[in-house]
Amino acid sequence: MVKGKPPPLSERRRFLLQALQGIGLATLGAVTWSAYLDEAKGSKLFLRPPGALNESDFLSHCIRCGLCVEACPYDTLKLSRVGDNVPLGTPYFTAREIPCHMCDDIPCVPPCPSGALDAVLVSKIDKAGTTKLDIGMAKMGIAIVDSDQCIAYWGIQCDACYRACPLINEAIVIDHSRNDRTGKHALLVPRVVPDVCTGCGMCEKVCVTEKASIFVLPLEVAKGKAGSNYIKGWDEKDEKRLETQRGGGETTVTPTSSQKPVDYLNDEEF
Amino acid sequence: MGWLKKHRFLILRRLTQISMIVFYFAANAWGWKVLEGNIGSSLFLGTIPLADPFAVVQMSAAGALLGLDVLIGAVIITLFYAIIGGRAFCSWVCPINMVSDAANRLRRVLRINEVERRVVISRHLRYWVLALSIALSAIFGVAAFEFISPIGMVSRGLIFGIGFGGAVVAGVFLFDLFGVKNGFCGHLCPLGGFYSLIGRFSVIRVKHNQEKCTLCMKCTTICPEKPVLHMIGKRSEFVAMGECTNCARCIEVCDDDALNFNIRLFKQQDKE
Repeated sequence: MVKGKPPPLSERRRFLLQALQGIGLATLGAVTWSAYLDEAKGSKLFLRPPGALNESDFLSHCIRCGLCVEACPYDTLKLSRVGDNVPLGTPYFTAREIPCHMCDDIPCVPPCPSGALDAVLVSKIDKAGTTKLDIGMAKMGIAIVDSDQCIAYWGIQCDACYRACPLINEAIVIDHSRNDRTGKHALLVPRVVPDVCTGCGMCEKVCVTEKASIFVLPLEVAKGKAGSNYIKGWDEKDEKRLETQRGGGETTVTPTSSQKPVDYLNDEEF
Repeated sequence: MGWLKKHRFLILRRLTQISMIVFYFAANAWGWKVLEGNIGSSLFLGTIPLADPFAVVQMSAAGALLGLDVLIGAVIITLFYAIIGGRAFCSWVCPINMVSDAANRLRRVLRINEVERRVVISRHLRYWVLALSIALSAIFGVAAFEFISPIGMVSRGLIFGIGFGGAVVAGVFLFDLFGVKNGFCGHLCPLGGFYSLIGRFSVIRVKHNQEKCTLCMKCTTICPEKPVLHMIGKRSEFVAMGECTNCARCIEVCDDDALNFNIRLFKQQDKE
């Protein structure tokens, strides 16, 4: 074959190459964009307004209009900006700066046009059958105590978080025990009651340590999960799961050893 | 007076763009009830919901069963642009328009348009980005474009504080200035693509009168969506392509009254 100028592109080849180019560039764009989306979705360390759907549903529902932010009378809520490490444009709050004041009428929830903040999640039906907003049902996060840095655990008297808690003696209770270090004082330490705590962050705001030793984390981050294989036998409701639960219920059979128990005493290794 | 007449639509456009931002800002700062929220979704006069239909499409693709308010709001906006305004959102409402117009202006002043080195991308790219937005929304379960939209960033930024979003806006400006002429709005933006598609059959349109045209071509120089003016000097007809943003710059620069807004009713057009 003689080396020379290659023949001009045929129509078909030109078309195929152009299509390939388009697909290639689209893939490049899609991959970059996907990487960013995945990364942006991954951040979790922030608190959502009361009545927010779980985080993945919240992200698909929130239209980022800021009506909840405008409704908040304490300027607690902010819309995230570039660099805040919160999915862009969505509402959040930082408890150490301005916590949620747990307004009775929850002004941030009803204006939500898209259902990302769902009034049903923070409403109770009373005996008369009317639905009423109840901020006590909010689950914005949960307060966690760092017992290593909380000065009450050192034996120093402090109950700032307990006093500031809007659900005083319900969401935070004080446990007392003997102070073994001094031998003659009591330790009065705060303990968070997980079912009651709404995650408003009042405690984090007032904590006297340099960096708050009681702080609110989103439930998804803070909570463990025992798994459905554990059933509380002492709890009638939980026990009922035995009847309804499907899957995960296989029985493990360990074969009995053929040796006599005494033989093991005479074993060389013993 | 001459200057005013030459910029009458431009002044009106800036007026609508800026007054919307002022109303949004006032709603957040002082509790005015004229227009609350932002460009993604708002509440007009405290009662009428408005919503960005493209955001709603993405969110629905992401699997969200949305609240009635945003759905109604999206329908209202869709009907308005589909029946009346065409792609008017881009030149009369969108805050990025001022950024890209500024870049364009500077391009003309600095004569960057005459520099040989060019970056060429297709105007159809926006439809690819549009398709990709919806596909990625479905895959990741979030409204994909809303995560990167400079439009949302600016709109929220002007109301709630912009932060590093300013860098993104600067990016759009630099891209339009040194990269591609009308690069963002005319080539990339899927929201513009979306409104081009739904505004295709709107009633308010620019109409060209070929008999008056002197072929000075000022209109095609100023037009941010040049291909839509393909009929200039050739045929008297409506600017029918959906990509026209009804910005009316062509009407203003024309010294011969060969371009004007007109009502397009399809029955009449058939007779002509």
